[in-house]
Amino acid sequence: MKAVCYMGVEKMSVETVPDPTILNPRDAIVKISSTCICGSDLHLYDGFVPTMEQGDIMGHEFMGEVVEVGAGLKPDKLKVGDRVVVPFTIACGNCFFCKKQLWSLCNNSNPNYWMAEEMMGYSPSGLFGYTHMMGGYAGGQAQYARVPFADVGPIKVPEGISDEKAVFLSDIFPTGYFGAVMADIEPGDTVAVWGCGPVAQFSIRSCFMLGAERVIAIDRFDYRLRMAQAGGAETINYEEVDDVVQTLKDMTGNIGPDRCIDAVGMEAHDHGLMYMMDRAKQMARIEMDRPVVLRQAIQACRKGGTVSVPGVYAGFIDKVPMGAFMNKGLTMRAGQTHMMRYMKPLLDKIEKGEFDPSFVISHRVPIDRAPEMYKIFRDKKENCTKVVLDPWADGARAA
Amino acid sequence: MAENARIRITDAGRGRSRSMSPQRWGALIGGGALAIYGITRRSPLGIALAASGGTVAVLAAKRKSSPESSASSTILINCTPQEVYRFWRDFENLPRFMNRLETVSKLDDRRSRWVAIGPGGKPIHWDAEITNERENEHISWQSLPDSDIQVDGTVDFRSAPAGRGTIVDVHIEYSPSLGSANTFAKFLNKGANFAMRQDLRRLEAMMEAGEVPTIEGQSHGPRDFITGVMRFADPTQPIPARSNLKETFAARRRMA
Repeated sequence: MKAVCYMGVEKMSVETVPDPTILNPRDAIVKISSTCICGSDLHLYDGFVPTMEQGDIMGHEFMGEVVEVGAGLKPDKLKVGDRVVVPFTIACGNCFFCKKQLWSLCNNSNPNYWMAEEMMGYSPSGLFGYTHMMGGYAGGQAQYARVPFADVGPIKVPEGISDEKAVFLSDIFPTGYFGAVMADIEPGDTVAVWGCGPVAQFSIRSCFMLGAERVIAIDRFDYRLRMAQAGGAETINYEEVDDVVQTLKDMTGNIGPDRCIDAVGMEAHDHGLMYMMDRAKQMARIEMDRPVVLRQAIQACRKGGTVSVPGVYAGFIDKVPMGAFMNKGLTMRAGQTHMMRYMKPLLDKIEKGEFDPSFVISHRVPIDRAPEMYKIFRDKKENCTKVVLDPWADGARAA
Repeated sequence: MAENARIRITDAGRGRSRSMSPQRWGALIGGGALAIYGITRRSPLGIALAASGGTVAVLAAKRKSSPESSASSTILINCTPQEVYRFWRDFENLPRFMNRLETVSKLDDRRSRWVAIGPGGKPIHWDAEITNERENEHISWQSLPDSDIQVDGTVDFRSAPAGRGTIVDVHIEYSPSLGSANTFAKFLNKGANFAMRQDLRRLEAMMEAGEVPTIEGQSHGPRDFITGVMRFADPTQPIPARSNLKETFAARRRMA
């Protein structure tokens, strides 16, 4: 089969590899119909998340048809022919964490838990195509994928719903929604959202679903800010203002946004000396993440407010204003999305026609063009917001 | 019983825990040198070197080495003491989660024959006998005379509060000290306690999820030489008995 493989920093390549096989009783094999490049894949592309290896198959946002099931799967849970969306987190369904609905913290789905335990104390769940520390599972930017614990994660999608509407249930729609849920929004709240990438776009819309009065979105690309405005947000282009924190104060009667969402994570951009220092430290690998947004969010958040962090961080950060965080009595919540909590309710919204996630798509291309799309997406060229790959399209370069 | 075992065994690891290993001295001296060199450079790169060198030295000085002749670990499993006791009491199940064991076969209700993977991939044989047990609570076993090694093991099962499952405590002592199966594992300080913790994580997965998560045998793109080296040195994967090292290296390079 064809698969997008990580071949080194900024080097992706479409390789022909063996088709996946069932390795464990609760595995299933899915023939992939649509798959996407995620903003978090760009952290791997740029080489900032440790434990990637040459030859790893990328991708964690995919859907398709079940073509093979392991001996341990009951037909009432999953059978050959089912059309499913596969969540990016892998969960066993039976451990302490799964029983508490903390699906992305499953204790039994990461075969390389010892690597994560070295870095984080304990290991979160395994993820598709996202470093060996997170399990080393082959990802879904391919024609087929092996799905472990397939009776827990994959959700069946009715025929009437197109791939374009359903595929984002694999990660970014629930992740954007989770970002808003973690913010503990109360009716009338003002929410500031850093970043206007695909997750942020879903966060903005989810904030309104959960009762926010105003959403203020912060980015530097006009085409992304316009998309945020289309979702009802007011916007700040941080390259056009001196000070984001002051601008947020000015926009909120000097009380500050009640809730702040960091939908950017470890590769944030900014201007000024502090940012240059973070950038240099990250290049030298003595600071793993650039916490530019986190600092601003803590500084800007109103007293007693909540900072929600759906953006990906990998390791250690410097100069986080802990004094502000403590003395202002803030709450911070973070995490990979507990996918299985939100996939069904959000699928229902799509099914009822209340919400159509396909608005974020900017590029639809054959899988053969994935390597160049990584670069275009990373460099924000061609007004790129979201790339959907067709694993079966003829590799016509003209597509 | 366990007391006796401890007295007999502590001899084997005598003195080891007090002195520092050559690797730790190497890290301490190397890290310190790097830090001093970095400070003298008086440049951003120098500061970076000093910081990382200093970190290495501090970590080396802080790290405690564990005696090689015993291992203990503990794990909370989301099942009843009865379930995990029954699984463990059938010793033939042990190689399903202890990956340094090749086979355990039952001789009768109390005695069993064990084959483990020793240093350099050599098989080690011994027969063991259950010396004490309380249903759903405790099992201890001991190797019989004329075995390749002396092994004493105990495992205790107790209920965790609020229905959270069962806490499993395992302690194993053995002599002579086997050392570590490969030097790279030793360099990373992945000794016997590390191996046992991995075993218990696999036991947890067996009991809770019904299978041990794996990526072995999955498909992937072309691997490079470095990946082969990393796989070969993986401290969680002992090299099986009677295997050809060159073939093992090639296989692990291919394998995900």
